[in-house]
Amino acid sequence: MSDIASRVKAIIVDKLGVDENEVVAEASFTNDLGADSLDTVELIMEFEKEFDIQIPDDQAENISTVGQAISYIEEAKK
Amino acid sequence: MKLRRVVVTGLGALTPIGNTVEEYWNGLINGKSGAAPITYFDTTNFKTKFACEVKGFNVQDFIDRKEARKMDRYAQYAVVASDEAVKDAGLDLEKIDHDRVGVIWGSGIGGLETFQEEVMNFAAGNGTPKFNPFFIPKMIADIAGGLISMRYNFRGPNFTTVSACASSTNSLIDAFNYIRLGHADAMVTGGSEAAVTIAGMGGFNAMHALSTRNDDPTTASRPMDKDRDGFVLGEGAGALVLEEYEHAVARGAKIYCEIGGGGMSADAHHITAPHPEGLGAKNVMLNCLRDAGLTPQDVDGVNMHGTSTPLGDIAESKAILEVFGEHAYNLNVNSTKSMTGHLLGAAGAIEAIASILSIKHGIVPPTINHFTDDENIDSKINFTFNKAQKRDMKVVMSNTFGFGGHNACVLVKKLEM
Repeated sequence: MSDIASRVKAIIVDKLGVDENEVVAEASFTNDLGADSLDTVELIMEFEKEFDIQIPDDQAENISTVGQAISYIEEAKK
Repeated sequence: MKLRRVVVTGLGALTPIGNTVEEYWNGLINGKSGAAPITYFDTTNFKTKFACEVKGFNVQDFIDRKEARKMDRYAQYAVVASDEAVKDAGLDLEKIDHDRVGVIWGSGIGGLETFQEEVMNFAAGNGTPKFNPFFIPKMIADIAGGLISMRYNFRGPNFTTVSACASSTNSLIDAFNYIRLGHADAMVTGGSEAAVTIAGMGGFNAMHALSTRNDDPTTASRPMDKDRDGFVLGEGAGALVLEEYEHAVARGAKIYCEIGGGGMSADAHHITAPHPEGLGAKNVMLNCLRDAGLTPQDVDGVNMHGTSTPLGDIAESKAILEVFGEHAYNLNVNSTKSMTGHLLGAAGAIEAIASILSIKHGIVPPTINHFTDDENIDSKINFTFNKAQKRDMKVVMSNTFGFGGHNACVLVKKLEM
């Protein structure tokens, strides 16, 4: 697992209070991990802070799974 | 229309002198002070360096971590105290009609620490707003009532009263009224506050409202004492389950006492100073007695607002003399703020609980820290100084007065009265 992936997963485990094993690439924040709309906004903000990036709202809308978040951040950090 | 009778069937308390009702009561009758140096933040540059904090409270013992972090401390306290009250009431949560159970909560300020943290975070940044999405729902003063309703699926009337230090007497009176008018059969009510924060201490200090007795915090809250120098900020929550009398009897509930009446009034005088002659305080007690259909001579005790401020204690003592006349000297008057500090929007709730338990146990908690009489306060009034007193308490009134000139008073009485 890449460094980015493990940091993303750690944030999700912390903020959503879920088990690490549940945080798989295809897991949806809202459908699988119990996040509501505010949790999702908070996750995006945590990713921005942790990785020192900006995720515009229109792009944040497309990040709904763990895998999408990791890919987006990996791309942004290239 | 005939008004329904309302009784108290459950109590919950999370206070600076005890984290359960039992611990709270033991603290009260033993004259325990909750004051100590502030642990939440560095007080080096603050005029007042102590407060009555809740002690040994670990929220994760009560609320799931993920939920707890979305709640300000004031809301966590609300949920924990309500849990104790609901359990104490023994409500059958499977069978009860959830549409007939409401929540009316009180808070003077709401999530002050959350507000403070978010604004400080913004001020430390580059001007780009990066507010947490939970900022608003954590901070707003009504969220505690919402959270309690969600925890128990109580779908009856639900809102929060805000009248500064009278907030949770107002919530109690509202809950009482909604039940007696038939809008609900049971209500979770009370109040919570968590203002021992940088902004809270700094703000109250700026008003010269707080005691600065930093060398001796445990004697700083000294209502009616000549050398009192302001109130001591407290925090915590008090919760009560009120229930329609027949509803409580039908399910064989334990009944603490009856709510006899509630009074409300305004000083219409000044934003923070009390009316010098205690006009609003006098009126609120008279309104309360009228609502209860009782006379001053029926009353055994008054739990004062008694915050230990120079002006407030004088005005309230004058009002008690005006309302009760000679009978003022037969009453047991007390200010439990001498022990708990001033819980602002939670004060009314924990003091109503103290009054209810004084009826249950036949013991009046003391006004501790009395050293010297104040010549401006009639020393013939029995303020229950320094030691608890035994007395068969049948009718007790509890006063609370808030900044803004809001006054609220609730009367509790033995069931057979």
